[in-house]
Amino acid sequence: MSPRRIVETSQTIGRLLSAKEIVIACGPGGVGKTTTAAAVGAMAAAEHGGRVLVLTVDPARRLADALGLKGIGNREVRISEDVFKQAGVTPRGELWAAMLDTKQSWDDLIRRHAPDEATREKILANPLYQNIAGRFVQSHDYIAMERLYEIHSEGKYDLIVVDTPPTRNALDFLDAPQRLADFFSSRLLRWLIAPYRSRLVNVATKPFYTVADRILGTQFLADISEFFILFQSMYEGFVTRSEAVTRLLSDRRTTFMVVSTLEATPLREAEFFSTELTARKLHLGAIILNKVLPDYLRDSATARLAQHMADEVETLGQGLTDDDAVAVRVLREVAESFLHFGIVARREAEQQIELKGAPDILVTVPFFDADIFDMEGLIRLGQQVWE
Amino acid sequence: MSAAVPDLLQLKLVFVTGKGGVGKTTVAAALAQLGAEHGKHVLACEVDAKGDLAALFEAAPTDFVPRQIAPGIASMSMDTEASLREYLKLHLRIPVVGRIGPLAKAFDFVATAAPGVREILTVGKLCYEVRERHYDLVVVDAPASGHIIGQLAAPQAINDLVKVGLIRSQTDWMLEILSDAQKTGLVAVTTPEEMPVNETLELVTRVKDETTVQLSAVVVNRVLPELFGQREEEVFEQLREPEAEAVLSERAGGSVAPVLEAARLAVTLRRTGAGHLQHLQSGLPPDLPVLLLPELFTRTHGVRTTHQMAQALGEELGY
Repeated sequence: MSPRRIVETSQTIGRLLSAKEIVIACGPGGVGKTTTAAAVGAMAAAEHGGRVLVLTVDPARRLADALGLKGIGNREVRISEDVFKQAGVTPRGELWAAMLDTKQSWDDLIRRHAPDEATREKILANPLYQNIAGRFVQSHDYIAMERLYEIHSEGKYDLIVVDTPPTRNALDFLDAPQRLADFFSSRLLRWLIAPYRSRLVNVATKPFYTVADRILGTQFLADISEFFILFQSMYEGFVTRSEAVTRLLSDRRTTFMVVSTLEATPLREAEFFSTELTARKLHLGAIILNKVLPDYLRDSATARLAQHMADEVETLGQGLTDDDAVAVRVLREVAESFLHFGIVARREAEQQIELKGAPDILVTVPFFDADIFDMEGLIRLGQQVWE
Repeated sequence: MSAAVPDLLQLKLVFVTGKGGVGKTTVAAALAQLGAEHGKHVLACEVDAKGDLAALFEAAPTDFVPRQIAPGIASMSMDTEASLREYLKLHLRIPVVGRIGPLAKAFDFVATAAPGVREILTVGKLCYEVRERHYDLVVVDAPASGHIIGQLAAPQAINDLVKVGLIRSQTDWMLEILSDAQKTGLVAVTTPEEMPVNETLELVTRVKDETTVQLSAVVVNRVLPELFGQREEEVFEQLREPEAEAVLSERAGGSVAPVLEAARLAVTLRRTGAGHLQHLQSGLPPDLPVLLLPELFTRTHGVRTTHQMAQALGEELGY
């Protein structure tokens, strides 16, 4: 027997995750990111054992229902072992899930960082705060990473699979902790607060306030000032925390998994994402390509055959069924449909080859006939991804 | 919705939204193209500047200053800081733009903390173009459905926060334009898939509850062609019988199994899609137009596909 090489060349997601504590699924919207994250979590629980948490944003309702996740909010709940058993799997470990409730998470964050009860209540009641927490979108990005940090530091889970919120810019959530830290350290913030604290406005800042007053109105400025003064009291906590979140993301125990399909737009976004992750020295562990059309659609001999069929339907369709006229019609549709899907399959295969900056692990998942809406489907998808 | 939903091309400002990946940029481009074909001077605005909209007309990426990218169509990319500068120049008549350097920086910070600021500058710029009648139709390739509510609700949200001042008077006229169902409409794009359909149904409710904007249409993109009716399907199954398949392979000069298998896949996909489509339709207000656009089996997307989509959209609208 020849000596075997020790170096492992054919990495798999299964092996990758056995050495990680956090895996962040990211990528464009509409590619099955949430479902893939759930499938990876289910497989990790089934195969690796231990406690696995899927921190998800917005799973399809049928899937959430099937897993018993309806309306769980921020709470972490365990997926019952029966759910696995019904899918014919005996998991070695536990699968937990939690959804991200932005407003709730912000409130929790304030409770944690507020120096005293009075400040806490004032912040929670501040109109500006309520808008940030509830209404506007960017706050989602920060809070997703904040929650991740919180859960990770509690140390209850062996692996946390994070499904990232659909962001305006795919990288917003990575920058969010840093942006917040910058914000609190800024001199401009102190400028904004200054007039509220004292009426001493120096020559340099006066034009600024004049303009701000005219645009925003005095009451709004007062609200802003109050908000910032209150937040200032939590400054240390926030900055330290934001830095810790950033550190956690670049830690060796964390890896990123870019999910996409082979369609042009999502793929371009995924590619951009991969390049950016690498540029930021974050660990790009794998690319998962969903909904890949079957190989036989690209076979040129079969394509020629289909073309031939389309040309010869009149003779081909005779005497095979109880209705020749319908058979001819059906065969024409069949042949043309093959050619149509063949165009798409070839285009997508070409795009896969051109994929730049691909990591060691590039997984393709075939087109499933039906939607995934239960554990059985998740495991089926998971097995495709895993090996 | 007592009054009939106004025709899309009669509107002045159309926001096109949808879950990521459903093709909202494609639909926005098709609508712009259709408008131009009907003699309108169209502004197509991309809010999440990625350059995809211009690419659908095979034009170079655009910036904040509108540029003609096709006959009758000017295009721009939203840039909130440029929007702020324009706003200040127009409304405050600040003599030296350089003087507001600190303000622009401060803006960035304020926008981080009170993110409605970005939204209001985006919506404000669009409403401004409508008010000034620079164009007959402004088509917005808007943020994904998760974000559009925040954007459309921003003027109201700001109105709740800011009681007086210049901004207040600004949000008042913006709201007037946004709330006018004869002027402003929202188009929700989806595909016949579970998640996009559910998200669309949720969006419809939220648009009604949280914004003053009228939903004008739901566009279902990438609808697969119906290969067979029931009778055809029976015959198809007969053709898939081993004996028939063997004869067919012999006649065709090669195994037809993969060709038949591909058709079965197409039928399954179509049927799954039809189920979701039905679910969508049953959940929408009965008088809301649902427009179907076909899956295009093409190599690339560009001017040609944009024209095809515009034509399909026109047919659905009854032109």
